[in-house]
Parts: sequence; C-alpha cells; structure tokens
Amino acid sequence: MTDPVQSPVLRLEGIVKTFPGVRALDGVSFSVLPGEVHALMGENGAGKSTLMKVLGGIHRPDDGAIYVGGERVVMAGPLEAKANGIVFIHQELSLATELSVAENVYLGELPRKRFGRVDWKTLAARTNAILKKLKAPFDARTRVGDLSIANQQMVEIARALTVDARAVIFDEPTASLTDAEKVVLFDVISDLTADGVGIIYISHRMEEIFKITDRITVLRDGQYQGTVATRDVDEEAVTQMMIGRKLDLSRSALDHELGDVALEVRGLSCGELYRDVSFQVRRGEVLGFYGLVGAGRTEIAETLFGLRDPSAGEILIDGEAVRIRSPADAIARGVSLVPEDRKGQGLVLGMNCRDNMTLPQVDDLKAGPFMAEGAEIAIFDQYRDKLDIRTPGWRQKVGNLSGGNQQKIVIGKWLSMHPSVLIVDEPTRGIDVGSKSEIHKLLRALAAQGYAVIVISSEMPEVLHVSDRIAAMYSGRIMRTFTADEVTEDSLIQAISGLGDDRAA
Amino acid sequence: MATLTRQQIASAAAKQGILIAFALFMIAFAFANPKFIGLDNLSSVVRSSAILGVMALGVTFVVISGNLDLSVGSMMSFSTVVVLDLHDKIGPALAVPAMFAMTLALGALIGLLVGYLKLNSLIVTLGMLSAIHGLTLSYSGGKNMDIADKAGTWFSVFGQGSALGVPMPILIFAGLAALLGVMLSKTPFGRKVYAVGGNATAATFSGVPRARTVFTCYLLSAACVAVAALIQASRSMGAQNTVGQGLELEVLAAVILGGASLMGGSGTIFKTVVGVLILGFIQNGLLLMGLQFYVQFVVTWVIIILAVWLDIAAKRGKLWSRIA
Amino acid sequence: MHKGRLSAALKKGAIWGFIVIELIFFSIAGEYLSLSGKAFMDYDNMLLLLKQSAPIGIIAMGMSLVMINGNIDLSVGAIFAIAAIVLLDSMTWPIFSGLGDWVIPAAWLLALAAGTALGALNGLIVWKTGVDAFIVTLGAMLGYRGIVFMFNGENPTSHLNWTLVDMAEAQFLGIHTPTWFLLGVTLAIWFVMTQTVHGRNAAAIGDNREAAVNAGIRVGPHMMINFALIGFLAALSAVVFYSESGSVNPNDGRLYELWVITAVVLGGARISGGSGSAIGALGGVIAIQLLRKGLGHIGVDTSTVNLVIGLILIAVLILDRQLNVKGKGELRV
Repeated sequence: MTDPVQSPVLRLEGIVKTFPGVRALDGVSFSVLPGEVHALMGENGAGKSTLMKVLGGIHRPDDGAIYVGGERVVMAGPLEAKANGIVFIHQELSLATELSVAENVYLGELPRKRFGRVDWKTLAARTNAILKKLKAPFDARTRVGDLSIANQQMVEIARALTVDARAVIFDEPTASLTDAEKVVLFDVISDLTADGVGIIYISHRMEEIFKITDRITVLRDGQYQGTVATRDVDEEAVTQMMIGRKLDLSRSALDHELGDVALEVRGLSCGELYRDVSFQVRRGEVLGFYGLVGAGRTEIAETLFGLRDPSAGEILIDGEAVRIRSPADAIARGVSLVPEDRKGQGLVLGMNCRDNMTLPQVDDLKAGPFMAEGAEIAIFDQYRDKLDIRTPGWRQKVGNLSGGNQQKIVIGKWLSMHPSVLIVDEPTRGIDVGSKSEIHKLLRALAAQGYAVIVISSEMPEVLHVSDRIAAMYSGRIMRTFTADEVTEDSLIQAISGLGDDRAA
Repeated sequence: MATLTRQQIASAAAKQGILIAFALFMIAFAFANPKFIGLDNLSSVVRSSAILGVMALGVTFVVISGNLDLSVGSMMSFSTVVVLDLHDKIGPALAVPAMFAMTLALGALIGLLVGYLKLNSLIVTLGMLSAIHGLTLSYSGGKNMDIADKAGTWFSVFGQGSALGVPMPILIFAGLAALLGVMLSKTPFGRKVYAVGGNATAATFSGVPRARTVFTCYLLSAACVAVAALIQASRSMGAQNTVGQGLELEVLAAVILGGASLMGGSGTIFKTVVGVLILGFIQNGLLLMGLQFYVQFVVTWVIIILAVWLDIAAKRGKLWSRIA
Repeated sequence: MHKGRLSAALKKGAIWGFIVIELIFFSIAGEYLSLSGKAFMDYDNMLLLLKQSAPIGIIAMGMSLVMINGNIDLSVGAIFAIAAIVLLDSMTWPIFSGLGDWVIPAAWLLALAAGTALGALNGLIVWKTGVDAFIVTLGAMLGYRGIVFMFNGENPTSHLNWTLVDMAEAQFLGIHTPTWFLLGVTLAIWFVMTQTVHGRNAAAIGDNREAAVNAGIRVGPHMMINFALIGFLAALSAVVFYSESGSVNPNDGRLYELWVITAVVLGGARISGGSGSAIGALGGVIAIQLLRKGLGHIGVDTSTVNLVIGLILIAVLILDRQLNVKGKGELRV
C-alpha cells in the first residue's frame, strides 16, 4: 500500500517523559508514513496517551525529538501542534453544543470583519466546503446540540481539517458509533490517507485494527516494543507484544449445576427504546447481551434497575412478578447494576474507597443511630482482598485510583449486597488488558458461585469469552439467543446487524 | 513511616492555612488591644456570633448536598417577627411551636421545589428571598414588632439567660453544633448528604434517595433559622422586620471561609464553626479598633477572596492560574 | 428533532407570550379592581412602563453577557449605588467649581469610570486568582456596599442641578430619555453578543470552557471585558436614573442583582452559561415591570407585589422544567 522508501510525515525519536516517580515514556521511537493508517496499541498505562499528549503539545518531552515532514519541531501547546499539522481527535468530544457547527469548526479562529464583527459569509462558505468534503449530512448553521453523536464526531473531524493536516490522531473513535456510522468514518479516514495524511489510530478493538490499518506499533510500560505490518501478524501475536504473555481466551466450561430462574422478563417494552423483550437468567449462568450502541441493552438494564418505567411487559424475580420503581426498590429486590459510566454513575470520586463501597447499604450498617464503621471497614477489607484492589488504604479518595481498580470498587460495592441478579454494563471499558482478564475470570467465578449474571458488552471477544448464552440485540429487539456452543462470530454479527433469522448460520 | 518531605509539610500547612492565619490574626489583635482576648470580650463575640452560627450550621447541610439557600436571611426576619407577634397574642408556650411550624413549612416548600421538582436552587431561593420578604412586610403591616411586657415573661431565657455561667445563646449554638456535627459525620443520613453533593447521579445509582435527602437538608436549614430567630427575638424582645436582611451573605461567607466547596460534596460542621468564629472575631477586632461597621464589609470581602484564593492555590500547587 | 425545535421555539417566544397574557389580565382586572379611572393599557402608562424598566433593564443587558460567558455578578447593586454617589457628590467638588454646567459631563464621566473600574476589578480577580465569579462578586457585594457607606455614613447624598434634571426628564420623539438609553443599550448588547467575535467567544467559553481554552480562546481577558462592561452599564443605569432624581441613599440598589438575574433567567438564559439573549432579557425586564405595575394598578400593596413576583419566578421555573421533560421512558435520575 505505501512505498517504504517514502519519508515519514511524522517521526518520533527517543522520546522520554518522566513524571515524579514514574518514567512514562522511555525512549520511544516510531514513524508514520504519508497515507498510512498506523495503529498504536498497548495496555492502559503503557504510555499511549502520554505519547499522544507529547505529540499534541500538551506535554514537553524531557528528551528526544519530534520531526514533522523531516523538520524538527518543538511544540509549546495544542495550538502549535495544530499549526504544525498535527491534529488530535479525542475520545471525549469537546464541542460547544449551543453554538452552530460553523462556530465550532472555527472555534477560536472566527473570520473577522472590521470592528471585531464576525464574517458570517466567509465562515459559512469555508465550513460548508469542509463539510462537503466529509459528505456530512448537515450544514454549517445547524446547532451542534441537535446533532447525533456520530455527526458531532464529524464536526470534530471537520475542526481538524481547518488546517492542512499532516497527521491526524484518532483516539478510540468508534466507541459510540453504529456499524453504518463506522463505515462513514472509515471512508473519511481513507479520504484523508488518499490526500497523503498520516493517521495514527489508537484502539483496543482488534477487528478494526486488522481491518483498516497498515502497520501496528506496540508500547508496553512506556517502552517501544516494535512495529509490524498488519498483514504479517494476528491477534495473538499482537496481544503477546502488548502484555508479554498469551491470553487464555478459552472459556471454562460450564462445570456446575444451573440453579433456578432468578430473573425472568416477559414481553418488556419501553416506548421506542426496546420492544417485546423476553428472556430468563438462571443462577449459575452468565447471559451476555451483545449489540450496537442504541440497540437497547443499557435501557433494559436501566429498567430492571428502576431507572426507567417500562411501557409494557412483566418482570419476575425468583418467580414473583414485581414492579421496580426506583434503584432503591431494585436493590431491595436483589438486583444490582454495575453501570456503564463508572466515574459518572458508579462512583462518588471525592469520597473514599470504603464509603463508596458501602453506600447502597448505609441504612443497614448501623449501630443505633450511628454508622457501624467497624463493619464497614470489614466489608471493604473483604472485597479488597477478594478482588485484589490496589489502594494505599480505605481512606484514599476513589478518584485517585486507576480505572481497573475503580471498576473493582464498583463491583465490590454490588457484590457486598449479595444480589440475586448482577447486571454488569461494559465491565472492562477503558481498562487495560491485564485487569480485563482478571475481571472476566471474576465474572465466570461469580456464576460458578451461584449468581445470576447479565453482562452487556460491545466487544465480541469479551462477550464470547464470558457468556454461557448470548442475546443478540438489534434496534430494540432480541433477534436471537445463542448458546455458547452454537455461536459463531459471523452469525452473531449478522444477528446484531438486523440480518437473518433463526436460520442464519 | 516515611520521612516528612517538604512538600508534605507544605500541603498539610496549606490545608490548615485558614486556621493558622486565624491564629496569627488573633495574636496580632491581642497585642494591639489587650481587651480583645479578655474573657468578657471573647464570650461576647461568641454570643453575638451564635445567631449567625446557628443559621450557618443548617446552610452547611444544604451546601454539602450541592445546593444554595439564599432565603435564610428573610426567613429569619419572618420567623422573628412571627414569634414576637404571636407571643403577645397566644403566649410564648404556643408561639414558639407555631413559629417553628411555619418556618419548617417554608423550608419544606423550598425542599419540595429543589429536591423533588429539581429546580435550580439559586433561583428558587432567590425568589423565596423576595417572596418571604414580602410575606414579612405583609404580616407585620410594615411596623416593627415589640413584646409589650418585656419583664414578665420567661421567653427571654433563650437570648438572655444563662446556665452554669455560660450564656444561653452559646450553649444553644454549641449544643446544636455538636448534634448536627455528629449527624453529618456519623450517621447514614450524613453519608447520603455527602454522596448527593459529590455526585448526585452516582448517588441515585446507589439507591440513595436524592430528593428526600435534599428535602431534609432544607428542613434542617429552616429549623436552624427558627432557632436563630428564637434567640434573636428573645434577646432584644423586639425587632425590625428587616432584622435578618443580608444575613444570607454572611452565612455563606462563613461557610465559604470554613472551606466548604460550593460545588457540594465537601465541608464539615467544625469547619463552618471555625468560619463563623473567624468572621465574628474579625468584626469584633475591627470594632474595637474604632472602625465603623462598613469597614467590616470591606475587610470581609478581602478575607473571603483571600481565603478561597489561597485554598485553590494550595490545591493547585501554585499561586497564579494560567487562565481564569 | 421536530418536537425539540417546537419546544425550543416555544421557549424563546414564551416570555413575550407571558407579557401578552399579563397585559390582557391586568387590563381586564383593572376594569373591576382599579381605583383610578384610567385604563391599564393607556399609552402614557405604557411609556412610563418602559421608562421605569430602564434602570434594571440596562443592567440586565450586561448580566446577559456575563451569564452567557458562564459567570454571574452579584455586586451590580452596590456598583449602581457607588456610581450614583460619585455622580451627585462630584458635582459639588471644589475642583469643578469653575465649570458651571460643564460639571455635568465631568460628573457623568467620573461615575461611568468608577463603575467600569469596579467591574474590571471583579473581572481581574476572577481572571488572576481563579476564584469563582459567584464568590468574587458575593464578596464585592459586601465590600463595595461598605465603600458606599464610606462617603456619607448612613445619610443620603443629594445634589440638584436643574439643567441635569431637565435633560433627564426630557422626551425625544415622545419617548423618555431613559427609554432611549434602554433601547440603545439593548441594541448594542445584542450586537456584541451575536455579531462580534468577542461575543461568540464569550458564549463558547460559557458553553464549554475546556474546548474554548484548547482552541486558544483566552478566557481571562474575555471575562474581564464583560465584567468591566457590566460595571459600566450599572453606572450608566445610575447616571440615567439619578440625573433625574438628585438624591441617593446608601442602601439604594439593594436586591437589584435579584431583579436583574430574575429578568435574565425569565428571558431564557441559563445559570450555567452558554445561552441567553439581549432581546430575551428585555422581555424578562418588561414582564417583571409589567407585573409590578399591574399589581399596583389593581390595588395590591408593595409587600404583596414582592411576594407575587417571587412566586411567579418559581412558577416559570416549574413550567420551564415541564416543557423540557421528554415524557415516559425518561431516565429517572
């Protein structure tokens, strides 16, 4: 695809960056050729985001050099980086939602007329030109807040194209996109490469990496591990480079008895979000829910947890029909939810580890009118050991922990409630590969202990690895439920894309 | 045990910065005017801070839960006027509970609007400030309230009495501070207040009853206002119908000086008490220096800004921010 | 998206609809309850309404800009009072004694300069220390009020200059001077907020500060300009009002921030920043003034007026929330 003799559009040499106590980048070098899609992979903490911040001008490297198009550059901030042609599309969109698309694309660079007035005509013309290039289905005057997430992401990309980009860095761009939207994104990427732009693509999603990238660079513990051509390697090899060992992806077979039906859902509907959903979960099994964003999985979980009112259907817990009106209600009935957004929904970041863990049961951990602090600490200690949570102590504010440990606090919080049904929504989002596999093992172990577990995931390897049965959802309906033995990647993808019926194979 | 690094000492000092500054300030004033630390003066300051202090205790709960209460000043005017008026009409034994009931009803209304209807607390309590002010004027017919027979009633005990040599206002303040302090730090309810203020969404996802918690905080705030009104009314046995005007600002200043974050999720009763005392002693110190009351306003302004600025700077690690 | 568009349009027009309802209500109620013989919607009465809206209205324009920027200013009432005192007091200062009537523009300039300086001070503190605008202006509300008392203690400050009073009471084209100022300021602020780079950047800052910072927008200077502007407008409001009245009490302007914020919020601005408009704020000011006048017209006493206005504000908030609820299936957080 690319001529190896071409000079790189972006080259890093020996980049070193240290923070107090940790050497985040230890002499990292690699290069990006014009017109190539170059994946950057590694566990969380491997140094990917530090490296990108150095490239994006947010950090100054302690040693090493950056070359753009052969010329050495020193970047004092994000604006210099952009001026040098390096553009960063963040994972979290950062747009001014009340303003128009044009005002966002040219944020901070609005064209002026005399007396400080905005030159609306020029602004609209330039913006529409970029939007046309991206084949965007909206125009420059639209209010950004009125756009879908995928379209908002397109506005971010448009922002990148206000300069002649030499290198564009994408950080987990497909997290919130449907398959159709992903296709549009990949089209944009290939348009960019056709113009000679070098793309750095940061992602944990193997299917995408192996679909669109030309080369892969792997970092581990701040060190450069190597660069390989994508067509020369496979998943296992790349994973081995990332973590230095092989991942055991085989699923421990179902070697325990299945218990009673803990949760049964019949004909559950909630307006447009999901319709006529029916399934059962027994104690001792893991039921996985797989599907695209917007398929309705999280909304079902929210209904089971009392955050949404269903418009039709029944929920039965342990055989008894119930109405769940609030999270407190759900908890009282033995349903626990580890939510999708652990920082926004799962934890109070300013509170310490112990208090976060005991929050749902504060009213029960009493000695008279006061909190029984000894009992609370006992609970914390128990789950800290059980889940191997790394923290200096229970007084540590949860906001200071790593993503994996934060997730374990949330899981510990709900396990300590001894629920009948444990629902886990995107259990390993944004968590490094090592902790990921720990959590997967934990979920299997919980099933073995007799919990009824529902896992919602957008990562196929994860849902295949962890589930005994998989409910494939598309557009608010369960298209098909597979057992672990009969599921194949192809049939699963077909089901969640709305294709095929029970006859699909 | 690791050796204490310079950084650790500096950061610990910054956290206690306000206390240290306060101590230095007291020492300086004591040198300037020995009367300042005389027992008479000290107890007089604490006694006159009691009213503000009691109100600040209730507002602390509201602020930690992530909200504001700007209505406490006019609510206090209302309650003072009501209890004085009812004292002469139905006797103190009935007037006091009646006043409490009415004040709690107002607090419940605010709690309903902010807690259950989820309206913005700044605007709601701003609106209530005006509404209750109007209510007070209506009720009092624009006149000041006075108890007719000041000597012949036991009502004055709250503001003027004493027990074991300690003036009642101080006892009430201290007792309430102790009670509410324990409530905030040692009970499930207190934990819920911190959770709701720290991250209301996560609190709901953990089964914490957000609306009820916020509602209860406003009830507590109203209850504290009622107690403060009681002390005020029984101290002067009469009051203008604007007696509480502007107090909401001083209360907020005390809470801010004590280090609570207006974002919610942090602060303690102890810190608020410190903030109240700092404010009280500064005002007293200035008074003893012969300065007019309005100089206090200017000094308070400077102190609030300095206190919050230094607090932010300590957390940030440096004095100036790159941008606002 | 259609439903969203409709409710957004409804919200934008809501305040004007409310005004129309008020006009209808008070006209009808006035027929039965009013003690005066005149109709409510009398031409002179409406003109007077606009004139009386000017003091709060002029400041509300500045508040729109400050709030869309993501800030708030609680000290405007105190700045208003200081400017008034500077205006009236400076006309008696010895340095100006030889100027005759030319002391008037000198006094105006001093008053406006005082307001601008105090506003800029607020902005400077917010910029350089990082302390939230709410706290900075809360303190300034106290501190500036203290400065007000420093002029003359608790006594009023007065000075009557008949030339000035005549100018202030004049009418051009049948519209009072204060009303002209109100309309002019509204137009100017509308222009700044919607047509200038400064205004759009300020809106961006209020909407998503981090994005604005990363895009290179300098937050501090924009904020300081807006604070200086609202200080200027608070002073302008005082100049317009006290030129006619000639006497100011040290407690004047108290609660002005309450009315101004109420008006701006009624006009559609959000406390968190990023939205709001000058025209909406004008609507909010007129709606409140109309309410005051209307209630007075039907014989309600002033204390009850305060009560009613506070309740109306709350009712509007509730209504606003109802319009925003998306219906069943909504996340109950």
